[in-house]
Amino acid sequence: MNEHRCDVLIVGAGPAGLGAAARLRERGVSRVLVVDREAEAGGVPRHCHHSPFGMREFGRILTGRGYARRLAERAIVAGAEIRLRTSVVSIDRDEDLSVLVTGDDGPALIRAFRIMLATGGREMPRAARLISGERPLGVINTGALQAMPPQLAAFRRPLILGTELVALSALLTCRGRGMRPVMMVEETPYPLVRPAFMALPRLLGVPVRYGARVLDIRGRPRVEAVTLGFPDGSAEDIACDGVVFAGRFTPESALARIAGLDVDAGTGGPVIDQFGRCSDPRIFAAGNVLRPVETAGWCWAEGGQIAGFMAQELAGGLPPPGREVAVHRGAGVAYAVPQRLVPGEGGLDSLQLRVERPVRGLSVAAGSTILARVGGTAMPARRIALPLPSGVTESLTVQTGPSA
Amino acid sequence: MDTADVAVIGAGAVGCAMARRFALEGARVVVLEKGADLLSGASKANSAILHTGFDAPVGSLEQACIRDGYAEYMELRESMNLPVLETGAMVVAWTPQQRDALDGIEHQAIANGIHDVQRLDAAEIRQREPHLADSALEALLVPREHVIDPWSPFLAYLLQAQAHGARILFDAEVASGSFDGEAWSLQTARHGMLRARTVINCAGLFGDRLDRALLGEADFEIRPRKGQFVVFDKAAAALLRTIILPVPTERTKGVVLCRTAFGNLLVGPTAEEQDDRDRAATDEATLRGLIGEAEAMLPAVAGMPVTATYAGLRPATEEKHYRIRHRPERNWITVGGIRSTGMTAALGIARYVHGLYAHTSPHRQVATPVSPRMPNLAEHLPRDWAMPGFGEMVCHCELVTRREIEAALAGPLPARDLGGLKRRTRCTMGRCQGFGCHARLAALTEGRLSVPMTLPAGAEA
Repeated sequence: MNEHRCDVLIVGAGPAGLGAAARLRERGVSRVLVVDREAEAGGVPRHCHHSPFGMREFGRILTGRGYARRLAERAIVAGAEIRLRTSVVSIDRDEDLSVLVTGDDGPALIRAFRIMLATGGREMPRAARLISGERPLGVINTGALQAMPPQLAAFRRPLILGTELVALSALLTCRGRGMRPVMMVEETPYPLVRPAFMALPRLLGVPVRYGARVLDIRGRPRVEAVTLGFPDGSAEDIACDGVVFAGRFTPESALARIAGLDVDAGTGGPVIDQFGRCSDPRIFAAGNVLRPVETAGWCWAEGGQIAGFMAQELAGGLPPPGREVAVHRGAGVAYAVPQRLVPGEGGLDSLQLRVERPVRGLSVAAGSTILARVGGTAMPARRIALPLPSGVTESLTVQTGPSA
Repeated sequence: MDTADVAVIGAGAVGCAMARRFALEGARVVVLEKGADLLSGASKANSAILHTGFDAPVGSLEQACIRDGYAEYMELRESMNLPVLETGAMVVAWTPQQRDALDGIEHQAIANGIHDVQRLDAAEIRQREPHLADSALEALLVPREHVIDPWSPFLAYLLQAQAHGARILFDAEVASGSFDGEAWSLQTARHGMLRARTVINCAGLFGDRLDRALLGEADFEIRPRKGQFVVFDKAAAALLRTIILPVPTERTKGVVLCRTAFGNLLVGPTAEEQDDRDRAATDEATLRGLIGEAEAMLPAVAGMPVTATYAGLRPATEEKHYRIRHRPERNWITVGGIRSTGMTAALGIARYVHGLYAHTSPHRQVATPVSPRMPNLAEHLPRDWAMPGFGEMVCHCELVTRREIEAALAGPLPARDLGGLKRRTRCTMGRCQGFGCHARLAALTEGRLSVPMTLPAGAEA
């Protein structure tokens, strides 16, 4: 089998991986290799034919495609190698790190001093959500809908499940392809995007139902109807020929799990410290593999930042792992990243949070001392960042509630 | 009109094995499957355990068929490149009452010729399965219970039948038929009238209806029994080596926890009676219950992502035993009531049924059988991705290559619907369930499936 060596292997050529590759080279790390399973670098933004991308990174407005191309060019110009159509099969964490990959030219082994997982995220499929019913054709995620060749239609009158931004994107894709979504359905009693965005379905004449759960999906061989259940116990059949499961992102953390790294139940991604180090400190992670889900720009910046810590670490300049303290989640807190902190200076300067339900007030405390707080109502599926105090030596707890 | 020797109705596990046996014995076979592809009924959903028959009723036909089916599978599997994941099984007693039942199960195993069973105490259980819950009191280890790929063998059998002259017809529901004293005339909508001297009813969930429609009588009534399953992420498979079986009840073998040949961990099935013979729906509450059962047996599975959920219908009848009956005066053999053990027993059932038939209609056996070699889908053996020149990776979760997709869409028995393609390759069956490959598959299969993945162009919304 072919063998290759590099200093840092980055798995995933999306915004986080490409941002990290460029930064590592700029910091003088010599052999930086990025592998990606797709035929083109750039990750998710490649499929976004709309603006705005790139204000933060390039100071101008780009489409997703143009943005993806720019990120890849920047990494290549910085001297990173990008190997496409290369699938990672497994990570072996013996004394040396080695990664089994495969592609059209057959399997190969890549040995690396450090690895960065930048495998991104994806929408949760119907099965993992345990949704009841049969399994007819026409039940897909937005990702599959938008990757479909334009001449092929999975359905014509789908029901769209979810109200995150991606659900609105699915709505636009459907309309752009001559499909007529019959309804948007949200489990929570409120939209997950800012309410103003929900003008879009109204404008397009697509009804939206809140507080509705899917009780049944029927049809053979294709979807014929969906039964919705409401909090008052009533149910309603909706005739449709497809269901789009939109949103409910989850990190693509399979490699982390199979490699035996600690995975956080809150995020579904690998547990990291404030330097982006996983439970095996030779492996770092950045981008949407860490949590659901952030913008491309955020992931790019995060990739760069954590790559900076990697470069520092390779030069022996990071506080050693061990003696970590935990960041605990109080009731109603969906996740907090990073999940552990090593005593020492530097690292990520904010704690990324999400809540499970609307809560008033959110704070970070060490024992009885409140270190940071935000007021107002925090909504699920929205970004919350609290300043992460430096030099923490005891465990932190994220609390919700007006008194917090 | 050309008259076949035998019409096998139904291309499920039993029908495929039947077609193979009769073709190898020299009969001219026609297979009539009402679905778009093989294994599209009861056989598409099972736990994939290759049973020894240790707990089958002593002296029963079921036990004999399991024994013979197991032996023949082990004999032919290398020539067809079919996998076995050697796991062993443990019947685990979690309560004192269940522990009291282990003696009886052990005696039954020995009476069934399974002499290598062993009793394990709590410490030995822990040694073998360190992640299993502490509450396991005692177990009966059955070393030769294994896990297989539940679909490839039956495709291999049907391919072998075809290679020896069998005609395989899909979308071929038998609407009516008549017997003229010599042969049956079977009417189908799509393929017209077909003639065969003998009919073997392997129609699974519709076996009683077929008997009633064509013979005017049926010995049994199918009472569909739904089984729901949950498949956990591949990371969970590292937590368990052995198949974990409960102490069975009269009605069902109970909820099983085991690895799959594809590298996942499976829990199920439930046993839910229903009238509908087509609709196999999952429901959230039951799936949560199964996950709870898995967590109770294997606490470390808590928090593992769910990869897939599915439900299947077993063609149970009002009685537990196999309902196989030969009506020589009407050239008709009914093979009914074959439930969960059917996957293992299929080859044995086929031999037994051929034995019934051979008394009346001998043929000349095929001298040198052709053995189709199947592409390996099992995780523990080399897969296509390890060979250069595979084109592109289509399904990233299950590492399915374009070369594999193309092979499944070509060949003498190509996939005819997405289910058939999934069973032949594992595409879309991984953790993302098609998020990453559904669109690519829609393009690759365009114009090539009898049930297309997408809608015909032109129709308006």
